[in-house]
Amino acid sequence: MKVSYNWLKEYFDLDVAPKVLAEKIERTAVEVDEVTRAADGLKKIIVGHTLDVQPHPNSDHLNICQVDVGEDEPIQIVCGAPNVAKDQDVIVAMHGARIKDNVKIKRSKMRGEQSNGMICALQEIGFDEKVVPKEYVNGIYVFPEDSHVKPGEPVYSYLGMDDDVIDTSVTPNRGDLFSMDGNAYEIGAIYDKVPAMNHRALETTDDSTDIKALLKIQIDAKEDVQAYQMGIVQHVNIVPSPFWLQVRLMTAGVRPINNVVDVTNYIMLKYGQPLHAFDYDKLTEKEIHVGYSPAKTKFVTLDGEERELRATDLMIKDGERNIAMAGVMGGLDTEITPETKTVVIESAIFDPIKIRKTARYHVLHSEASMRFERGVNPATVTAALEEALELTAQFGHGKAVVNHLSAVDPEPKEVQVKLDLTRINHVLGTDLSVQDVTNIMRRLQFSTKVSGESFTITVPARRWDIHIPADILEEIARLYGYDNLPSTLPTGATTIGRLTTSQQVIRGARHILQGSGLNQAMSYGLTTAEKAKMFMLQSSEETKLAFPMSQDHAILRMNLISGLLDDVAYNVARKVSNVALYEQGRVFYRTADVDRPNEVEHIAGAITGSLATKSWYQKEVPVDFYQLKGIVSLLLHDLNFKETVSFVANKKRPEMHPGRTADIFLGDQVIGFMGQVHPQIEKQFKIPETYVFELNLQAILEAPKNIQHYEPISKYPAITRDVALLIDKNITNTDIVAALRSKSSHHLETIQLFDVYEGKHIPEHKKSVAYTLTYRDKHNTLTEDEVNKEFDQAIEALKNTFEVEIR
Amino acid sequence: MGLHEQLEELKEKSLHEISHADHLKKLDAVRVNILGKKGPLTEILRGMKDIPKADRPKVGELSNRVRDNITEAIEKRRSELEKAITEKKLADEEIDVTLPGKPVSQGQPHVIQQIIDNIEDLFLGMGYQVIQGPEVETDKYNFEMLNLPKDHPARDMQDTFYITDEILMRSQTSPVQARTMEKHDFSKGPLKMISPGVVYRRDTDDATHSHQFHQVEGLVIDKHITMGDLKGTLETLAKELFGDRFEVRLRPSYFPFTEPSVEADVTCFNCMGKGCSVCKHTGWIEVLGAGMVHPNVLKMAGVDPEVYGGFAFGLGPDRFAMLRYGVDDIRNFYLNDVRFLTQFSKKG
Repeated sequence: MKVSYNWLKEYFDLDVAPKVLAEKIERTAVEVDEVTRAADGLKKIIVGHTLDVQPHPNSDHLNICQVDVGEDEPIQIVCGAPNVAKDQDVIVAMHGARIKDNVKIKRSKMRGEQSNGMICALQEIGFDEKVVPKEYVNGIYVFPEDSHVKPGEPVYSYLGMDDDVIDTSVTPNRGDLFSMDGNAYEIGAIYDKVPAMNHRALETTDDSTDIKALLKIQIDAKEDVQAYQMGIVQHVNIVPSPFWLQVRLMTAGVRPINNVVDVTNYIMLKYGQPLHAFDYDKLTEKEIHVGYSPAKTKFVTLDGEERELRATDLMIKDGERNIAMAGVMGGLDTEITPETKTVVIESAIFDPIKIRKTARYHVLHSEASMRFERGVNPATVTAALEEALELTAQFGHGKAVVNHLSAVDPEPKEVQVKLDLTRINHVLGTDLSVQDVTNIMRRLQFSTKVSGESFTITVPARRWDIHIPADILEEIARLYGYDNLPSTLPTGATTIGRLTTSQQVIRGARHILQGSGLNQAMSYGLTTAEKAKMFMLQSSEETKLAFPMSQDHAILRMNLISGLLDDVAYNVARKVSNVALYEQGRVFYRTADVDRPNEVEHIAGAITGSLATKSWYQKEVPVDFYQLKGIVSLLLHDLNFKETVSFVANKKRPEMHPGRTADIFLGDQVIGFMGQVHPQIEKQFKIPETYVFELNLQAILEAPKNIQHYEPISKYPAITRDVALLIDKNITNTDIVAALRSKSSHHLETIQLFDVYEGKHIPEHKKSVAYTLTYRDKHNTLTEDEVNKEFDQAIEALKNTFEVEIR
Repeated sequence: MGLHEQLEELKEKSLHEISHADHLKKLDAVRVNILGKKGPLTEILRGMKDIPKADRPKVGELSNRVRDNITEAIEKRRSELEKAITEKKLADEEIDVTLPGKPVSQGQPHVIQQIIDNIEDLFLGMGYQVIQGPEVETDKYNFEMLNLPKDHPARDMQDTFYITDEILMRSQTSPVQARTMEKHDFSKGPLKMISPGVVYRRDTDDATHSHQFHQVEGLVIDKHITMGDLKGTLETLAKELFGDRFEVRLRPSYFPFTEPSVEADVTCFNCMGKGCSVCKHTGWIEVLGAGMVHPNVLKMAGVDPEVYGGFAFGLGPDRFAMLRYGVDDIRNFYLNDVRFLTQFSKKG
């Protein structure tokens, strides 16, 4: 809320600078967005009086004005505003003036005529167009007679531009701070001052008319209306409101409209009580109903929009006809116009949730609805209405009708909260005395009964946010000052802080991938329908948002790879051709019988370009299947599974290259896959050759692990034998190794592949492969003969299994 | 010429030859030449039989001395030559030490991960557990158990992605509070936890908004936890993340699940409190929300608010990273531009 410092000063003597006050509010009550003074940065902007206005001889729209600016001689200003006329008090930016945005005004010639300044619109000196009275939006501003401006005087104080406005950001619980009264109570509590509440009573009454003869009120939706009152002012002249009121509204960010509407807005700012004014003569039935209309009824609001009502929108009706959306916005039909003679003013409290739902559904967040949603002070419903009636009568030269109607009486409830000193100090960590607490309560004007160290606190209705001891604790803490709280750490029983095994494994996996050169990526969990279900490790139903904001983020991902490919594409499009990324995060699998998906931790990676880039000592080595396999193998090896990890070719993964993809098995369970992305998909993502893997981390976490123990290092030497083979291309390494092992004893320690060759000098459909077999007996020295025998057996086994030529 | 003279002459000649031997092979030839079986020294010594017996010891002594001198000279020359060879070899092996080293490729943790790890490690050290909760939550845990009944105006503060009426993408990590409190056995001691994770809001992505970001929730529940403990904990956190010179100030705020509720500001890292454009000239930057756990939240989780109480806090690592490194667009965190990801050195 825009809180005017000048207005606040009407409540008490404030001897603190506005910025200091703002800082104090921020540290004690609510956040302050900014403190502004409209005059800041402006220079030489004064009141002028137009003595003479003549059309410019060389222009069809300019006028030459002689303006009294308080000097001995009037000055000449050329003005293009359509509404400039003789005998107006206007805003003049003199030669050398600074107006909005630090624009400098200089003496100049306009089509041959001297112009010694500029006559300004309010917008030109910094006013937001939203607050400028409509008649001055497209022209210069003209001071009304009751502004009593004097030519030559600076305009700032007249227009409230020397006021400091503290713009607070009110939290949902502090609806009371959407009123000047509420702010005055708050600031009074902060500075230990008692604000003077200047509530004007109803004086201008007319006993000759019985309001009940003029209007009837029927509440149909009793549960949604906590207070409902109406008053009538007759014989009103609709004119602009007094200048001081207009200025006050503009300072608060509200556009002055006419005396009646301005009064309702002024009262809303002062009390926090939204009011609505109807034109009495436009009511045909003179019988107000508060209730509901059938769904899909059309209703045109004040802003000229036709809206389709829901059966749950609370409405104000004249007979059957809707005349306002309760607490949100009035109807166009019954609005106050210059012809209005009799005014009905409504002061009410509606159910906050009802108002909130209607405002949200129709996207109509008005100053009124905002206040109703956060609560309204039931103690001032009547006072606000009475002051509004009084001011309307006064400013409209009308007479207020006695005994406004009260269909639902407000019930201001005072809440009692019991609390003791031990509790206060126990929760806050303070050492406050009974006196300290009663002092704070006194400043808040909460009446307090003390019995020993126990307090019974009575909270006035204007602080409807306070119900329980914790609420009082907050009042004490903030007024005592958070700066004054001690700074300690929790004491009590010792607890052990450690990562769970899963958390450790996940961290470990991240470190291994980083150590392998992959950067950690973080992608979005919500993606497109198409990407969500690519690269799936298992089948799953998709999980959709009910109301996505865009189709790009509509479905929960069921894989990590598609996100990584988006990242690869982003990089490649920006000429970053070497990309190595991994992501660790959740995918969302769902079965058809439930709405809520199962969240499974996955880890995935994508590499493209090269991990070993071109440099002065080596050529660039493009990434390939085996490079990624090395990384994945390292990751899996580190996990020390009990069961064997194996890579098995799978030609059927739709998004993967059919000849370059392996499923990764742990025992007989598929825990992931890896390989090259299908060229078709690469094209779709606009990426070059890219290798990816995705693993189900959950499965990995749950899989049984070996218990590590020390293996003595054999002191007996190893003997190696090399063999080179010419073999059918389609016989895999795994097959060959298995055959070599099939007839070997435990002496065969390792089989290491050291060469693979296809191409020149090798028959088609064949490949040349070479292995080193390492033999060792852990407890004896092996003889050459023993090794030769074993080696021959291994080769024999190979020959028996495959058609193979030993080279 | 007597033997004596012969020996002296041999010595002179040999020493001359040795000093002129310019490589090891030559030196070796000189050695064989002079000291070998067919060499002049042997020859001279053979003549010993021809000299009188009485003179023999003297000549013998002389010949030994000559041999020693020669041997010594050879060894000296050898080591000189060897040294020269070594030096030449070393000179030949000289490299340009300013050429770039062979890079060891090392990936980086994501900057947000770094901050989360940092926070986890700090709190692990203070005896907290790290607990993850589901990203797809129920309305009950995300809102109702946190004292946000349906139609509560504070629900507007975090517009939410719903999947069904009851199931949603969590809009905060706070539901982990309720889930953990429900399960915790307070007879076994206090509950101290943090919960990092991804959260989702109905926001249009722009420089300062993201429909997905991260939060870290913290919660401590015990019999005697004060607001002073909250303040001290947040100060410890701020000093860990930003540095020892950073101060924390608390301001009143509102969260339905805490009462009292506060927002915590830290000294502006840009101006160190002097006031600048980053902190809107206040000297402070808002970094997290916190408060004392609302009794309703305790009650709903089955914890007796008359006996137990505590504090909770929540912070956003994305915002921390933006503040700490001056990242001006939150979308950078989710685009995964390699040139962005590799900027954040862990020790920085």
